[in-house]
Amino acid sequence: MRWNRLQHFFTYVVLTLWSVIVLFPIWTLLVNSFKPQKEIFKDPFGFPKNFTLDGYREAWSNGRFDLYFINTIIVTVLALGLILFIGSMAAYALAKWKSPAANFLYVFFIAGLMIPIRLGTLDLVRLIKALNLQDTYWSLIPVYVAMGMPIATFVLTAFIKELPGEMFEAAKIDGASEWQVYSRIVLPLMRPALATVAIFNMIKIWNDFWFPLVFIRAEESRTVALGVSLLFGQYRTDWTRALAVLSLAAVPMLILYILLAREFIKGLTAGAVKG
Amino acid sequence: MSRITAPQGFLNPKKRLTLTWVLFLLPALLVYLTFMAGPLFDSLRLSLYTGEGYNPKTFVGFQNYINLFTNPLWREKFINAFTNTCVFFAIHMLVQNTLGLLFANLLSSDFKGRNFFRTIIFAPATLSVLVVGFLWTLILNPQWGAVNKIFMALDMKQFALPWLGRENLALPAISLTSVWQWVGMPTVMFLAGLMGISDELLEAARIDGASEWNIFWRIKFPLLKPVIGVVAILTFVDNFNAFDVIYAMAGAKGEPAYSTDLLATLFYRTGIAGEHPVGIPDMGMGAAIATLTFAILMTGVLSWLYFSRKQATE
Repeated sequence: MRWNRLQHFFTYVVLTLWSVIVLFPIWTLLVNSFKPQKEIFKDPFGFPKNFTLDGYREAWSNGRFDLYFINTIIVTVLALGLILFIGSMAAYALAKWKSPAANFLYVFFIAGLMIPIRLGTLDLVRLIKALNLQDTYWSLIPVYVAMGMPIATFVLTAFIKELPGEMFEAAKIDGASEWQVYSRIVLPLMRPALATVAIFNMIKIWNDFWFPLVFIRAEESRTVALGVSLLFGQYRTDWTRALAVLSLAAVPMLILYILLAREFIKGLTAGAVKG
Repeated sequence: MSRITAPQGFLNPKKRLTLTWVLFLLPALLVYLTFMAGPLFDSLRLSLYTGEGYNPKTFVGFQNYINLFTNPLWREKFINAFTNTCVFFAIHMLVQNTLGLLFANLLSSDFKGRNFFRTIIFAPATLSVLVVGFLWTLILNPQWGAVNKIFMALDMKQFALPWLGRENLALPAISLTSVWQWVGMPTVMFLAGLMGISDELLEAARIDGASEWNIFWRIKFPLLKPVIGVVAILTFVDNFNAFDVIYAMAGAKGEPAYSTDLLATLFYRTGIAGEHPVGIPDMGMGAAIATLTFAILMTGVLSWLYFSRKQATE
């Protein structure tokens, strides 16, 4: 190994410096959300001396964060379940059906990786109105499911194509139908790929702000992202509350990320690095 | 458990199998067509109409496009948003992807703590763009000025500026905030590419006395070209479509004085929120802006596909 000391030193310096740049704003956010306004201005970087939970209390009661969390969880869980179910069924057909139609549909699905669904928003607004779903969080679910199809078919089709073919042949000889092969053999084997797809979509859906902004006004249908934007506007001058609101939105994802960092990184880059 | 198979006996086995596959694909295809592909293509049609509210009924042909390019008010807005979007994209391309390449190169060697650093570099990418934007608005705020306090402490008073308040500073400041959040993506992609280069090749070069600098430019960089292409096209698609970070840090109008207005914020104001002073959304014009954005994206993606194919066959 000719990895000399200077290079070693340079590596640590650069990476440590960037880590400080990453961690400093997150630290500032969390630590100041527990301080009263005056202390935030006087001592923005230290531990809180006059520890307070006022910001959180206000955000929770005034902003109904409990409700926003429940709404966001309902939307995320239902959309993810549907993406995994209908996405894996489609991927199974795309991987096993030998026909030009299947090839065409595969390209049609993954083309969506490069085309942002937002550009179709105006028509979606009309569609959601026609379906009488405006101002409800149900309006978000079909849009998120559609948005998840490209990545689901891309990752899952590639995964199924890698599975050894003899497995399918053996099951067919035993008289299993395609549905049985899919549900009893392929689905359980696909778990790691399903996890990747789930994490990718979970982060996108949980953090999405655009569609709630366009579809939803009513308080009882708001998601966390929409709630944060409205409350942050209100609390512009009350820094304790503003920081508490931002912390409430950021902390769940940060905790999940610390627990599942490897899976998160794999999931978020799944569209680019071949599944 | 119900079976997805056609009733026995009335189709031959081959047709029955085809029907089975169609049934497997149907739910995904229906949702994808109705809520993604359909609306995207219908936006093209909508851009040929005009009228207030949710149902523009008057067919006007290409008049929306003609207005966008000839009416001085519209033309100025569109060109301004387009130029800003190009700057926003260029800063990501230069700063984010260069930093990503540097970090990936450092992380690709074997040393203690590399997983730790990788985890930290990637962390902001899991946060909501909106939260990151709001957070940096507070940190850059001159009243509180966490950033400016640090510049003062380092005796660099000339950098303690109202970052989001000046027309020539706001767009770079917001772009760099977004770079801060997303630099983990190119880092991880380049890292995957670098890990694929064989150790023997690099070891052989080192034994021949090549410096790390030469190894990077002569061996690693040429081998990374396909990954660089993927990173570039993803940066392009993501940033030509950016909205949240501008909305959070500069509002829907791209303050100050439209200096941070991007194609997506212009689209939002025109087609959805309603533009000042009328405040009524003009869906036809909004659809025209969306269609042009779509055309820009397709041109980029298709030329990338063309060149990467050409390179692969050479």
